[in-house]
Order: sequence, then C-alpha cells, then structure tokens
Amino acid sequence: MKHRYFNKETIMQGVFFLAACASILAVALICLFLFANGLPAIGKIGVFDFLLGKEWRPSNDLYGILPMILGSIYVTAGAMIVGVPIGILTAVFMAKFCPKKLYRVLKPAVELLAGIPSIVYGFFGLVVIVPMIRQLFPDSKGTSMLAASLLLGIMILPTIIGVSESAIRAVPESYYEGGLALGASHERSVFFATLPAAKSGILAGVILGVGRAIGETMAVIMVAGNQPRMPEGLLKGVRTLTSNIVMEMGYAADLHREALIATAVVLFIFILLINLLFSVLKRRTNS
Amino acid sequence: MEKINTQRFRQKLKSYRRTPLSLFLFLLVTVSAVITVFVLFLLIAYILIKGIPHLTPELFSWTYNSENVSMLPSIINTILMTLLSLLIATPLGIFSAIYLVEYAKRGNKVVNVIRVTAETLSGIPSIVYGLFGMLFFVVTLHWNRSLLSGAATLAIMILPLIMRTTEEALKSVPDTYREGSFGLGAGRLRTVFRIVLPSATPGILAGVILAIGRIVGETAALIFTAGTVPNLPESVFDSTRTLALHMYILSQEALYFDQAYATAVVLLVVVIGINSLSNFIAKKIAKGS
Repeated sequence: MKHRYFNKETIMQGVFFLAACASILAVALICLFLFANGLPAIGKIGVFDFLLGKEWRPSNDLYGILPMILGSIYVTAGAMIVGVPIGILTAVFMAKFCPKKLYRVLKPAVELLAGIPSIVYGFFGLVVIVPMIRQLFPDSKGTSMLAASLLLGIMILPTIIGVSESAIRAVPESYYEGGLALGASHERSVFFATLPAAKSGILAGVILGVGRAIGETMAVIMVAGNQPRMPEGLLKGVRTLTSNIVMEMGYAADLHREALIATAVVLFIFILLINLLFSVLKRRTNS
Repeated sequence: MEKINTQRFRQKLKSYRRTPLSLFLFLLVTVSAVITVFVLFLLIAYILIKGIPHLTPELFSWTYNSENVSMLPSIINTILMTLLSLLIATPLGIFSAIYLVEYAKRGNKVVNVIRVTAETLSGIPSIVYGLFGMLFFVVTLHWNRSLLSGAATLAIMILPLIMRTTEEALKSVPDTYREGSFGLGAGRLRTVFRIVLPSATPGILAGVILAIGRIVGETAALIFTAGTVPNLPESVFDSTRTLALHMYILSQEALYFDQAYATAVVLLVVVIGINSLSNFIAKKIAKGS
C-alpha cells in the first residue's frame, strides 16, 4: 500500500513538471516555426534588400520592409510622446494625490482601460479620432500616423500607469517624509524625492509600453492608412510591421507569404530585445 | 497610516502662492488623471450612445446571412472558443504553477528557464501568435482553420497569465496550512489538492476570468487560425468567427457600420462585466485574509 502511494506521488510530480515545461516547449516551437519559415525568405531576398529596401511591391518581387520598420518605430515613438507623460503623471496622482474614495473608482477605471479589446479601440479611433483629424487638417485623409500615435498612446496608458504606480508605491515613505522635513511642499517632495527613486521601475513600465505599442495590430490597422511607402509625415498614412502581415497574409503565396513571415521574424526580434531590456531593468529594480 | 501634513484649503492656497511650481505640478497630475478618465468615459459613452439604438432583434437571429449579419452565431462561437481554450490552458497553467511553487527547489535551473520563457510568452504580440498558430496548428498539424486551431493558439497566449496569477495565489496560502496537513500525515499530493488548491481557488479564478477577457477581445491571433466563417461549427475542425473578429470584418465594410457599433456595445458590456467580476473576487480575497 505504501509503495503504491509513493508511486502516485512521483507520477503526479512528473505530470506537474511536464506541465511546467509547456511554456518552454511553446517558446521553442514559436522560435522554430517562425525562423524556419521566415529566414529562408530573408536569404532569398537578401538581408540588406529586405531590411533596408524602400519598396514593398510583391507583384514586382520587391520586398523591402524599411517603410514598415520606420512606420512601426515612428508610430511607437508618437504613442510614447502621447502616453508616457500622461501615464506617469496619472500614476503619480493615483499613488500620492488621490483621496481614497476617488482611488476606489480610478483604479478599476484604469483596469477597464486595459481590458477593452483592441478592436474596440480601433473602431473608436476610426469613428472619433480619424474624423477629428480630418476636420482639423482638411488636406489629410484622417487615417494617418497621428491617428495611430494618439490611439496607441491611449492604449498603452494602463500599462504605464500600472507599472509606474507600483514603482512609486515601492519607494520608502521616508524619502517623502525627509523632503517634507526639509521644508519642501507635498508636490516638491513627491516629484524631487520619491519620483527619482522610482526611476528604473517607471522606465521598465515605459519599455513594457513600447512592447505593447509595437506589437499592436488591429487598432493600428484601422486608423493608420496602411500605405506601404516610406513615412512622409504626421498627417500621411503609414503601415506598420504588424499591419503589413494582417493586410496581405490572407492572399499571399510563395515568396510573398514567406516575406510576410519574415516580417513577423523582424517584429519578434524587436519584441525579444524589448523583453530583455525589461527584465534587466526589473532585476535591477528588485536588487 | 495617518497623514503627516494635513493642511486646510486656505493654508494650501497660501503656500501655493509662495511656490508656484508646486501649484503647477499639482495641476499637471490632476489634469493627467482627468484626461485618462475622460478618455475612458468618452470611449464608453460614445460606443454606447451610438450603438444601443442599433441593437435590433435581427442581430440576434439564429443563422447568419448577409442581410441580417447576425452576431448570435459569433457569440456562441466565442463561448465555445473560450471554453476550449480554457480547457487546454487552465490545467497546464495551474499544474505548472503548482510545480513552481510547491515542488521546485530553490535555485533550480529549470525553474529559471520556465520563468524566463513564461515572461517571454507574455510579451509576444498576438499577431505573432496568430502566425505561429497558422504555421503549426493549421499547416503542419493539418487542423485547418478551425475552432481547435484557434483555441490552441489562444491557450498558449493565456498560459503565462494563468500561470502567474495561480503562482501568486498559491504563494499567498500560508505555510502553516501545509505544515498542518503534513503534520496530520497527508502526503504532498494530498496537501496540494485538499489544502492548498482550495484555499487558492479565488485567486486562480480571478486569473481565469482575466484570461476570458483576453480571449473575448482577441482578434489578430484568430484571423489566420480560426478563420472567418460566420456560422456555428459542426465540429472542432470547422472554421468559426468570434465576436471580436466579427466586429473587425463588419467595420471593414462601410455598409455594416451600424451593426459594428452594436457589436462593439456587446463586446464592451461583456468586458466591463468580466472586469467587475474579477474585481469583486479580488475584493473578497482581500476581505477574507
């Protein structure tokens, strides 16, 4: 009897261990399948022609994704300009200025902001932000880099607010009290004693936001215009790496299809780098 | 904690006059918070006001055709997709968390690898999951664009979320519970299933509910894995369209804009419901401990 019981224990421990390995398996499979299907295309097109080519014309066998890389970077940068200041300041408000009663409303509101599906954001952008831009700038079509940046700026707010708020709350209260004792006002103590101490945590939040923005697909596709050409300005349409995949994957074949998978490989490498940066920063905050 | 510098309003006004920078900073944070709330409010109000009038009974008829563009099949598909994904991901996620918290020894190298991969998974954008699902489940395993391919893709996507929340829930169970159980002669396995898991259930549930929220809102990972057929599937190998995907397809055509508004209302209501439910459970946990 005792022997059988021992067996059950070991078997279940094995099952738990195997389940835990599922995430390793998943990452390995994702890497394997993306790279195996994408890298040959990069080889066929040529690394430089692919990454630095300015023309994306699948019908002429021209597969340069520089416009999309720049599109992704510009849109993400725009989203940062919109989202980072508002996000950090809102986090400061929630951690240090907010009365408790208001906090009970504000916190769920921010969580809800994180829970709204990207397709709903995209639709909101399409029916509110795009017409607004068209009205302000009559020579623009509305679907533009500006629209995508504004929308993404809103979408990354909850990420930045969440991480920044916990970073600010993790700073010892003595920093703030020290500021007060030296005669600084509440605001000065928060901004010049507490906030600098939370710096690396906030930076981690911003980097997480960059990851969200660069990987966002459905919302961007609805408001960015998606023209596959070099970005020409704030009010002109852009295509990002993510929207390039969704726009054309439905009908692509052969090299075109592989080139799209290779686009995902480039996006994946971007994300891996961002993740790496994030975990390095997080480790530094913890130690 | 008691506040150490309570000031009356007039005192505050007076000190602001002395240091305009403080006033400026105060206004800055307040305005930012107001903007955040205003954006959320605008989004919800706009969608509800524009969408509710378009919620016609035709939108909920049993079968889809291009005239009624019914969303009922998509709603049912979403439920099926959610159940199937959870069926795959929940045991995996809970078991991995059990291994990480209850079995793994400290400083185990495999555990570090698992942590890093789980973190990597949670950062991968949904479109990359979608492409992977297309390459692996749809093409390599020949599952075609189907309910099963979509659910498997989503299961990988929500796995890190369930793992992390379960891990936190298990960690918050006090060690005295485990010691008591061991002291009464229970084995490790029995302790885990009879003592630790039941006390961690609310936390795990909150995580699962969050995962449901992600599944319901997901679009990019499903386009190339579950496909876009707007009718009910006959088996798990049939292509289906979830509600979020249904909304994307409607919003691509100017003809169906009103229906897209109505779909957005349904999505929004579901998401708000899910969020309040998970908040409610979280509050219960906080009260219980």
